[in-house]
Amino acid sequence: MPDVSRRTKATKIRRLMEAEGASVAENTQGFNAGRYASVKGLDDYEGLKQRARAIKEDAIERLPELIDQLRTQVEGRGGSVYWADDAADANRYIAEVAGDADRFVKSKSMTSEEIEVNEHLKAQGVEVIETDLGEWVLQVAEEAPSHIVAPAIHKSRESIAALFNERFDPEPPLETAEELTRFAREQLGRLIQGADVGMTGANFITADSGTLALVTSEGNARKTALVPPTHIAVAGIEKIIPTVEDLQPFVELIGRSGTGQDLTSYLSLLTPPVPSPVPDFDRPDEPMEGSERDFHLVLLDNGRTAMRDDPQLRETLYCIRCGACANSCANFQQVGGHAFGGETYSGGIATGWEAGVHGLESAASFNDLCTGCTRCVNACPVNIDIPWINVVVRDRINREEAPSAVNGLVDGLLPNDEPSGVPLARKAIANFDTLARWGSRVAPLANWLARQSPVRWLMDRLAGIDPRRELPTLRSTTLRSWFADRDTVVSDPDVILVPDTYTNYVWTQRGTAAVRALEAVGLSVDLADVGDVGRPALSQGMISTATARAETVSEVLAPHVEANRTIIFVEPTDLAMLKREYAKLLPAAEAERLADASQDVMSVLREQLETSGSSRLSEGKGQRLVYHSHCQQRTLDLESPTVDVLERLGFDVTTTSAECCGMAGSFGYKSEYYELSMRVGEALRDEVQELEGTEATVVASGVSCREQLEAVLDRDVVHPVQLLV
Amino acid sequence: MPHVDQFLDSLERLEVGWTRTPAKELSSALDDVLLSPSIGAPLPFDGLSLEGANVNQQPSPADLESGSTGVTAARMAIASYGSILIQSDTDATEAASLFPDRHVAVLRASDIVPDMPAAFERLGPALRNDAVTTILATGPSATADMGALVKGAHGPMEVHVILVEDR
Repeated sequence: MPDVSRRTKATKIRRLMEAEGASVAENTQGFNAGRYASVKGLDDYEGLKQRARAIKEDAIERLPELIDQLRTQVEGRGGSVYWADDAADANRYIAEVAGDADRFVKSKSMTSEEIEVNEHLKAQGVEVIETDLGEWVLQVAEEAPSHIVAPAIHKSRESIAALFNERFDPEPPLETAEELTRFAREQLGRLIQGADVGMTGANFITADSGTLALVTSEGNARKTALVPPTHIAVAGIEKIIPTVEDLQPFVELIGRSGTGQDLTSYLSLLTPPVPSPVPDFDRPDEPMEGSERDFHLVLLDNGRTAMRDDPQLRETLYCIRCGACANSCANFQQVGGHAFGGETYSGGIATGWEAGVHGLESAASFNDLCTGCTRCVNACPVNIDIPWINVVVRDRINREEAPSAVNGLVDGLLPNDEPSGVPLARKAIANFDTLARWGSRVAPLANWLARQSPVRWLMDRLAGIDPRRELPTLRSTTLRSWFADRDTVVSDPDVILVPDTYTNYVWTQRGTAAVRALEAVGLSVDLADVGDVGRPALSQGMISTATARAETVSEVLAPHVEANRTIIFVEPTDLAMLKREYAKLLPAAEAERLADASQDVMSVLREQLETSGSSRLSEGKGQRLVYHSHCQQRTLDLESPTVDVLERLGFDVTTTSAECCGMAGSFGYKSEYYELSMRVGEALRDEVQELEGTEATVVASGVSCREQLEAVLDRDVVHPVQLLV
Repeated sequence: MPHVDQFLDSLERLEVGWTRTPAKELSSALDDVLLSPSIGAPLPFDGLSLEGANVNQQPSPADLESGSTGVTAARMAIASYGSILIQSDTDATEAASLFPDRHVAVLRASDIVPDMPAAFERLGPALRNDAVTTILATGPSATADMGALVKGAHGPMEVHVILVEDR
């Protein structure tokens, strides 16, 4: 990215955080906390998610057959089904059905936003009214949604009151949420009564019965489907599921995942023709009699068939648009969908949707805001690997970006298999291991140089590394050289420790502590002959570089795996790479063997403590700790081994709940994202300060968590293993 | 009756009111919760009707707007969630359960199922074979779009269930 666009982006993000950040944070964090609380009420949350996932996999696999079945159902009962190739096709058909209609009323539908039907109808002289209160506020304010489920979360009650009072001049002026709601209900009620066409989306469509399922709370979708004499439903083809019974897991998951509600107020199961009489408000005093209601189902392709054929984007079609990935995202919580979104969709999964329906350019505008922290992975009710979709799309964007002169220069210095379009900043990050190796040889000079302002200025201009961020200090004594100097020859070690780039060159203390702790529980340790597992490259969307690293790592570790040695990591993101992402980069069996052999150091210590019962590890003696475990570590459910070990040894541990520290590897170093990263970090700082009460030791497992916490707290942070030796 | 207590607990959680009554006292149970004018739709249950209560069972569009209470049947309920099912028909069931500020639902105790899987076991054949349209309603209509949670958005702000215990 050129320097100037970095600055533009930083400014845009800063302004959004100032204007909308507080409202977005309050709402999304509320939804996210609600999700955690609500899923606790389920007997088998994981089982329900797996069933939902399996239903979607099956439905997308059998889609052509299901579409035929659905068509037979709907048409057999007098409704119309129209297959729309793209947005223009859908809009043309909808305008044709509209005929000489004067007014459409709509209930909230992202798919209708995707085809921009409102603009199209307006151009035909048709009035279009959004009846979802949040959408209506935005329509009055002429703003775009900032969230796929709760479109107006960026607006406070005060700003909505000011908007309504200015636009409608009600007497007395509106103030409370109740007054605003009542006012909107009355206004919209009248508009619904005189509407010619009601338009809805569909959350699900069952092929066996031809039923549309609409998940709502306000009741506007019910009125939209009931009152006007014509009902048009617009739905992506991915909304079709095989049977009515298949709805059950989704119904139990969607409200919980989205806004933390066990169920939303209404689930409409409409099987047209709906028998309810059409109320004719032009003849208000005549009894309502059963009258025919026209029904049209527009099934939208708009890139979805191609997504289905694309092995990497296909998973996006399982998305039920609940918003959990947005709510659980530390970055989204601070900026909302106006920054973290493309033409239509927002949040983590939006990268897949935008790439599929609008193209790479739209995805490229926000895709970097996904740091790969993976907190959305467990939040997703259909288990979509959202960070992986972001990596894949990043890789495709890299391959499309034009090469620059500076890059050409650097290609020779930092060789890899990536196209020459990969920006310098990405290459520098992906090759941090190489840079650190050179740097540590001349560590005092390199560290001094890296602190000089002209150098920082240059790094900012060329590679977009923010000068406000302190760079990691390289050690001249690396973990490897310390280990070699110990003169202990280990011929047949019990375990193999991976000296990852950061542990080896920067945070060597946690490496030496890990070796000592493992020895203290009776294990003989050797270091692996690899360090860089490819995480930095993958974080930059450089899949071929990461794959090459994975292959090397696998080759080097293979003899140890063969000899049944546990491969031990101190850096959670590298362990997560082997346990999660290698499955995408290596042959399945090979990846599985490696994943099974790999463990984090604290889990191994726990195992040893459990079997032997005693050790030479240091006791905590009630020392108070605030522990921030790593985002990817929590996704793998590996927070508890660390807490267990610390508590077993007599430490008094409190854990943080923030989804991510905001540094997220290299993210917080980038000039355009530095302020956002700090905002996320400050939220964590506030939590830590609240938790610690009086002075406590702050503990973190990840290197970037440590850097972030030290920056926002201005004090030392240690790795848990350092407390044990 | 199994599940009744659990269902009532769920209603409590949703802040939905309820009355337990034998079939023969339905009218007086209704009288206690109707705010005039009341509109509604004939009950599809044998031996239960709204005849004795002051309910307009054939409302006009204007009555939808002026009605304070809407009385309809609930054909099924889910104990674990406190949800009721309002099935659309050729009468004003859907409209009467939607327009007035207060919705009063008449439910037979025998129509309470324990959980969501049990509900869909019954819904599957009904939707497939009889093209049923139904609303699964859980508590009153609500919105958080105006800066705070408000009950009563486009639909009722209050729901009351009349549970007919001996049916």
